Amino acid sequence: MIPELGHFALILALMLALAQSVLPLWGAQARDARLMESGPPLALAQMVAVGAAFAALLWAFVTNDTTVSNVVANSHSAKPMIFKLSGAWGNHEGSMVLWVLVLALCSAAVAGFGRDLPSALRARVLAVLGMISTGFLLFILATSNPFDRVWPPPLDGQGLNPLLQDIGLALHPPLLYLGYVGYAVTFAFAVAALIEGRVDAAWGRWVRPWSLAAWSFLTLGIGLGSWWAYYELGWGGYWFWDPVENASLLPWLAGTALLHSAVVVEKREALKIWTVLLALLAFALSLLGTFLVRSGVLNSVHAFASDPARGVFILVLLGIYIAGAFALFAFRAPAMAPQGVFAPVSREGGIVLNNLLLCSLCAVVLVGTLYPLFLDLLAGRMISVGPPFFNLATLPLALPLAMAMAAGPLLAWKRAALWPVIQRLWWAAALALLAFLLAMFLAGAPVMPALGFAIGLWLIAGAATDILDRSGLGRTGIGNALRRAGGLPRAAWGAAIAHAGVGVTVLGIAGMGMATEKLIALTPGASTEFAGYEWRLEGVRDFQGANYTARRATVTVLRDGRTVQVMEPSKRFFPIGRTTTTETAIRTNGLRDLYAVLGEERDGADGRREAVLRLHYNLLAPFLWIGSLIMALGGGLSLTDRRMRVAAPARRAAAQGAPA
Amino acid sequence: MSAMSPSRRRVLVYAPLAVAGAAGLGFWAMLRGLQDGSFNPRGVPSALIGRAPPDFALPEVEGAGLPAFAASDLRGTGRPVLVNFWASWCVPCIIEHPQLMALHREGVPVLGVNYKDRPADARTFLGRHGNPFARLGADQPGRVAIEWGVYGVPESYVIGRDGLVKWRWAGPITAEMMPELRRLLA
Repeated sequence: MIPELGHFALILALMLALAQSVLPLWGAQARDARLMESGPPLALAQMVAVGAAFAALLWAFVTNDTTVSNVVANSHSAKPMIFKLSGAWGNHEGSMVLWVLVLALCSAAVAGFGRDLPSALRARVLAVLGMISTGFLLFILATSNPFDRVWPPPLDGQGLNPLLQDIGLALHPPLLYLGYVGYAVTFAFAVAALIEGRVDAAWGRWVRPWSLAAWSFLTLGIGLGSWWAYYELGWGGYWFWDPVENASLLPWLAGTALLHSAVVVEKREALKIWTVLLALLAFALSLLGTFLVRSGVLNSVHAFASDPARGVFILVLLGIYIAGAFALFAFRAPAMAPQGVFAPVSREGGIVLNNLLLCSLCAVVLVGTLYPLFLDLLAGRMISVGPPFFNLATLPLALPLAMAMAAGPLLAWKRAALWPVIQRLWWAAALALLAFLLAMFLAGAPVMPALGFAIGLWLIAGAATDILDRSGLGRTGIGNALRRAGGLPRAAWGAAIAHAGVGVTVLGIAGMGMATEKLIALTPGASTEFAGYEWRLEGVRDFQGANYTARRATVTVLRDGRTVQVMEPSKRFFPIGRTTTTETAIRTNGLRDLYAVLGEERDGADGRREAVLRLHYNLLAPFLWIGSLIMALGGGLSLTDRRMRVAAPARRAAAQGAPA
Repeated sequence: MSAMSPSRRRVLVYAPLAVAGAAGLGFWAMLRGLQDGSFNPRGVPSALIGRAPPDFALPEVEGAGLPAFAASDLRGTGRPVLVNFWASWCVPCIIEHPQLMALHREGVPVLGVNYKDRPADARTFLGRHGNPFARLGADQPGRVAIEWGVYGVPESYVIGRDGLVKWRWAGPITAEMMPELRRLLA
C-alpha cells in the first residue's frame, strides 16, 4: 500500500511540475500576474508530493518490505538501521528520487524566499526549475521506478554493497546533490535572464548566494567522498582521478569561476555574458556527471548498475536542457551589452584571470575524462588516462592560480596598482620561500612537496594579509584594528577563510606527496621498523559483527619502547552478497596519520601463520579534509553577509518593471 | 571581452552549442555501441575471443536432474551454443532469465555454469523461474569462471560451430540484445 502511495505521489509531482513549467512562464510572457503567481504554490505542492514519495521509499527500506524490488536488490533485514535508511539513496532509483527531492526543495526555497524578486523573473526561474523537475520525474517513472514490486516476495533482500555501508557514504550523495541541484537554480536564473534579455546587479545578487550555497555543499561532498575513499578503499590515496570523481570536480571548477564572476556582475555590472555562460556550464557539467555515472559509458568503481536505455533517456533530457540553453544563449547573448569598464590590473581583471585559469583547468579535466571514451569510439583503441596526465596537465594551471589567489582580494575595483599589493604581500612571500628552503634542505623533501608547502603558506598568509589590511593594523591601534576586523563584512571574512582553506588543503596535498608505505608479512609477536616507529603485530582474531564476520589484527605502535597507539585493522566478510572489505585502522594526531591495512594471512617459511600488513605514514593527511571543511565554512559565512539578506537593488529593479 | 568585434562575438556565442552538440552525438554513438556490443567500456575485451575455451569438467548441480557439463560438450554439437554463468543470488540474473527461457524455447542449446551457489538455492531458482539449461555444471569454487576470465555474473559466451569463442557479454542479456544474439546463434 505505502509503495503504491509513493508511486502515486511521484505521478502527482510530475503533474504539478508540468504545470509549474508552463503556467508561470506563460504568465510572464503574457504579463498575467495571476498566472505568474501560480508558480510559488505549485513549487510548494510539488515539494510536498516528492517529499511524500521519498518518505514512502524510506518506509519501504525501514520496514524491509521485500515485495519492493529495489529493497530486495539493495537491503537486508540484518542491516543496521542507519544503513537501511542510507540504502534508500545508495542505489540508482532511490538516488534519483533524492535528486528530485532536493530540486523540489530548492524550487520551494526560491518560491518562499524570492518575494523580493521581480515577479516575472521569479515566474520564469520557477518555470525553468519545473521543466528540469518534469524531465527527471519522467525519467524516474519511465525507466527507474523505485516502487516496482516483485512477486512472490523473496524471504529477504540481497544486502547493500558492503563498501557503501558506511556513514561517510550515507552523507556523501545528499551533499553532492545539494551542490549539483544548487547549480540547477543558478542555471534557471541564467535561462530566465536570457529569456528576458537582461542581466543586472539584482540578478547577480540573487545568483551569488545560490552559487555560494551550491559551491559550499559541493566542496563538502567532494571532501567527504575523498575522505571515504581514503579510509574505506584502503589504498592509502585520497584522489584517484577516477572519471566519476572528475565528474564532481568539473562543476566545482566551473562553479568556483561562477562564484567569483557573479560578484563582478553584482558590484560592477560587467562580465555579464560570461557569468551567464558559467551558470549554464556549471549545471551542464553537473548533468554530464549524472549521465556518465548512470548510462554505463564509463567504467568506474562508482558506476551504478548501468542500462543503455536509461542512458538514452538521460541523453535526450540533457540534449533538451543543455542544447536548449546554449541555443538560447547564442540567440540572446549578443544583445546583452557589457557595461562596467575596468583596467586589466583591477579586482575585475584578477577575477577574469581566475576565471580563465579555472576554466582551463576544467577543460583539461574534461578532456582527460572524456578522451578515452571518444578514442574508443572513434579509433576503437582502449587507453586509460591516469593520474600522471592529470597531475602533469593541471599543475601549470593550478600554480599561477594559487599565486594570483593571494593577490586578487587586495586589488581595488576598476583600476589598481600592482606595486602596493606586492609590498603588502612581501612577508607572505618571505614565509613561503623560507618554507620551501626548510622543506628542501632541512627535511629533505622533493621539489614538488616543498613547492606545495610554500604555496599553502603563501595562500594562508595572503588571506591573513587581506584581513589585517582591511582592519588597518599598523596604521591604527590594535584595539581599533580589532574592532574594525570585527566589523568587516562577513563576505570579506568568508572569502579570506575560504582562500585560507585552499591553502590548508594544498598543505595536505604537499604532505601526502611525502607519504611513505611499507608492505610486510609478520608472525604474531614479531615487529618491524617503519617511519621512526616500531610496529608490532600482537595477533589476529575472529570477530563477529552485526551482519559480517571479521578477522581483526592488533598492531601496537611503539616509539622508544613506549606504546604510542594500538591499531586494529580488519577484513570483514559479508555472507550476504559474499564480499570482503578491508577496514583500515587510522590513528591521527592532526599532523600525520598512521594507517594500517590487513592483507592476506598465509603460512610463512617456518610454518607459522603470518599476516601481510600494509603500513602507511601519511604526513598532513588530515589537512586535506580540514581544508575543504574550512572552504565550505568560508562559503557559509559569506552566505550570512548582511547584503545577502537586504535585497535593496532587487526592489529598485522591481520598481523599474521587467521588460519582456 | 568588450574589445571584441561584434561579428566575432556572434560566432563565439555559438561555440558552447557546437561543442555540446558534438559531445552529444558522440555519447549517442556510444550508447548505440553499448546496445549492439561494439562499444564496451568494461575494458578488457575477452582474451578468449577466437580461441577454444579452456578445458574443464564440472560436476552436476545436486538434485537438479540435469546432465553435468564439460569442455567436450562444447565441441562438435553442429551448431553454436550459449554458455551462461549465473547464480541464484544474483539480481541481474533474474532480469536476463526470460531471455534465456526464450532462447531455450527456440531450441538454442543453453549451457549453464552455476557460479558459487548452493545446490538447493539453484534448484529453487530454476523451479521458480523455469529451467532454460540443456546442461548445468556447478562451479562452487569459481575455478572455471577464473579460467574463462569471467568479470562477474551474469556473463555469457557464444561458442561457434568450430568450438571457438565467438562473443562474450559481461552483464545481463536484455530484450534489446536478442536480435543480435539470435543472429550469432543461427
